[in-house]
Order: sequence, then C-alpha cells, then structure tokens
Amino acid sequence: MADDAATRPETIKVEDLHKSFGSHHVLKGVSLTAREGDVVAIIGGSGSGKSTMLRCVNFLETPSSGRIAIGGEDVVMKPDGSPADRKQIERLRQSLGMVFQNFNLWTHRTVLENLIEVPVHVMKTPKDEAIARARKLLARVGLAEKEGAYPAYLSGGQQQRAAIARALCMEPRAMLFDEPTSALDPELVGEVLQVIRGLADEGRTMVLVTHEMKFAREVASHVIYLHNGLIEEEGPPDALFGAPKSERLKQFLKSVG
Amino acid sequence: MQSFLKPHRIVLIALALAAVAAAVVWGRWEWLGESKYQILILKGIWLSIWLTTVTMVVGMCLAIPIGLAQAVGPWYLALPARIYCTIIRGTPLLMQIWLLYYGLGSLFPGTWVQKSDLWPLLRQAWPYAVVALSLSVAGYEGEVMRGAFRGVPHGQLEAAKAMGMPRFTLFRRIWLPQALNRVLPTIGGETVLQLKSTPLVSTITIMEIYAVAGRIRQDTFIVYEPLFLLAIIYMAIAGLIVFMFRWLESRTPQRTA
Repeated sequence: MADDAATRPETIKVEDLHKSFGSHHVLKGVSLTAREGDVVAIIGGSGSGKSTMLRCVNFLETPSSGRIAIGGEDVVMKPDGSPADRKQIERLRQSLGMVFQNFNLWTHRTVLENLIEVPVHVMKTPKDEAIARARKLLARVGLAEKEGAYPAYLSGGQQQRAAIARALCMEPRAMLFDEPTSALDPELVGEVLQVIRGLADEGRTMVLVTHEMKFAREVASHVIYLHNGLIEEEGPPDALFGAPKSERLKQFLKSVG
Repeated sequence: MQSFLKPHRIVLIALALAAVAAAVVWGRWEWLGESKYQILILKGIWLSIWLTTVTMVVGMCLAIPIGLAQAVGPWYLALPARIYCTIIRGTPLLMQIWLLYYGLGSLFPGTWVQKSDLWPLLRQAWPYAVVALSLSVAGYEGEVMRGAFRGVPHGQLEAAKAMGMPRFTLFRRIWLPQALNRVLPTIGGETVLQLKSTPLVSTITIMEIYAVAGRIRQDTFIVYEPLFLLAIIYMAIAGLIVFMFRWLESRTPQRTA
C-alpha cells in the first residue's frame, strides 16, 4: 500500500476539522485522508467524536471550521463552516454512499424501490438500467429473493445489507459506514461484516466507524483512534492494534477486549 | 359468518329490518314517484358528495403547509398556523359559513368586485360554501398533519439527505407519503365527519341532500319519511367512504419504528 500511496488520488480529505455543539467542543482539529482504495477505520470510545467526524464528511453535521475535499473538489464553506453551495453538497453527497447504524431504509418503499429511488429520481438514471443494477447488487448481498419485500418484513441484518446495496446503487466514489453493526443482534453481525469485507476486498474506498476491533484490524488499511475530539494515535492496523504507543489506546483496546 | 352472527347482532339486524319494513308499509312514499323530487334527490346526493370530496381535497392541500409550518417551520410561520388552527377549531363551523357568506359576501356589492370578472362567481352561494368548508378542513387536518410530519422517523429523512436528495424531492418522495400513510385512518374518519358537516351549507341556500329533504317536507307536509330516506342516504355515503379508506389502508405498506 505504502509504495503507491502518493500516486493514488485523494478521494476524501479532511483537514483540521473542528465541530462544536454550543459550548461543547466535540472535534478539536482532526484530519483524515482516504485515497482511492483505502479503508480507513475510525475507532474510539463513546463521545470521542468518531461519528460526528464521519457525519461531517458529507455535511450531515455542519463543521465549525476546517477544510473538506471530496474527489479533489473543495467543499465551499461559509466563514461559519456551513456549506455555501447547496447544489454542490447534494452532488458530492451522491458520490458518498452512507450506511447508518439504524439502516434507515424507507419503510413505505420495497427493497428494490429503496435501491432505485435516488438513481432514478435524483440522478436521472434510466429506470430499467437502475433496476438491472439494483438486482445485481441485491444478488450480491444475498437479497435477490427480497426485492419486493417491505423493510418491515426483513431482519436487521437483511435491512442493513439492503441499506448497503442502496448506497452502492448510486455508484459512489466512496462508502461511509457509521457503526453499521451496532444495532444488530450478535448473530446477525457476521452477515453484514461479510458484505463490507467483500467491498474492501474489491478495492472500494471506505471510511468506517466501528466497534468491531477484530474486523477493523482485518479490513482497514489505516486506523485512526479518536479520543476527546483529537486523534490520539493513527497508523496501519497491525501497528495500532499490535503495538499501541499511547497509554489511552492501550487502555481502550484492553477495555473492548 | 358464524362469528358475525352473534345474538346481539341478530337482534339489532332484526330491529333494523323491522324499522325499514314498518317505514315502507305504513309510511307515505308516493312523493318518491314524482320525477321532480327524484331529480332533486339525485342532484342533492351528487352535491353532497361533491362538496365533501372537493372540500376535503382543497382542505388537505392547505393542511399540508399548515402542518409543516407548525412541525418544523420558523416561528413566524408556525405561530400564524397555530393561531389559525386554534380559531378554526374553536369556533362553530356554522358561524364561519355565515361570516363568509353574509359577512364577507355582503361587502362586495357596490365595490369594484361587482364590476370584476369574479362577480358572476361571487354572487352565488356555493363558492362561499366551498371556501368555508375547506378552511375548516384545513384547520383540523393542519393539526393532524403537524403530528404526522413529526412522526416520520428522523433517520429516514437523514438517509435521503445523505444521498444528496434535494429538499423538495425529499419532501415529495419520502416525508409527505410517509406522513400521509400514518394519518390515513384519521383522515378517513374526518371525511365522514366532513360529510355530516355539509348540511350546514343548506342554511346559505345550497340544495344539497339535506336541503332537498327540507324542501320535500315543505311541499308535502310529510316529515318523517324524507328524514328516514336522508338517514339511509348519509349512511350509505359514509359506508362508501369507510370502505374506500379501508381499501387505501390495505394498500399501504406496513411500517416499523
């Protein structure tokens, strides 16, 4: 990885990001670079700011200050950090497939309709083309039989796999995962991780906030440990998990087993 | 069929059938044979259904922005919407109808309105009826829609946002349909209530079915038989509305939290 690192284009670049909720300073200057094909895992305790950091990347949270570039394109911000150009944000968001902790499938649409909603009604992909793509993705995540089902009739693991397929259906430049297995029953975690692992193996760019340390170690090319809104330690997974330098990370890894 | 035929139901059905039979046998129905009354009755039924349908549709179209303003609008939109709902729901519909027809309507003659193109419309009673009934629906359903918009899970809206859906598309494709699905049973009930509010416009000279029954009584001095027919007509229309909404609900996909 390291040899070609400088030549691969930067898909996501975050620099000196700050975020406050009122007087609560959640992110105190964090940076992140995900080059094409990178899998960046963000780990940390609850309240460390890891989800907020991920949500700032596609402006679900408005940064207080900092710089964000997607695919080399700087997000135009107002002085207070809020996006200045709504159209630009909408366009950039379409290039980032977000997967949430609670799946957030649209309950009034079938699985297939969930997948083609944005491609057809926002990105103006021809419907038959979107459907063909969606069916391929559903087969890939093992839900080919469920295309006509409403989300309410799926298990948590199935819903999350459908949500991943929905994000992929936009053909995004990168995938963002916000604790994708935290809301799942333990026996359903494996099937979702397997899908995410498959995406990592095919060289997709991903940023992943997770509690699954073993999984992070296996799939990530780069791991960031956040503590109290600052990057306490970062590096390749083997170094971070195998030989943590900071006392806090050692403590953290011990506490999560 | 077995579960339907409980003793109390059998007794009630028997009583209803006896009432109908008694009315048919001992009542005076010769006026029903007269074509002038037949035409009046058919026109009256049509007008009642038309008024209910049109004012529900117009009222709902107004209720959606009113509900939205109350649910998520800035204070300068939420407050007027709130005040509007309070006034409409706090005053008698009959008074609202009279204020519009005898109040507002009496201000127009002698002004520029009388010379305008609108006058042929404004000199009739039905526009005032439609406006008054629609405004009433808007007041009640505005309150219902406020809760409906708030009730749609935030995560589903966030998922749409994260995929770069423009705000209006999000509203039209995700937020509004889910809000409407939630309140469908309520709206069904309110439509029946609306049907039963339409007789009030007979007081401003509109010949809907209630007014027709009054007219027959005046002409023939027969009191009970037209009222009996009236009851059956209203029950039939109400049944139709209930049936229609049941059908709509059965087509609504099941939702989860």
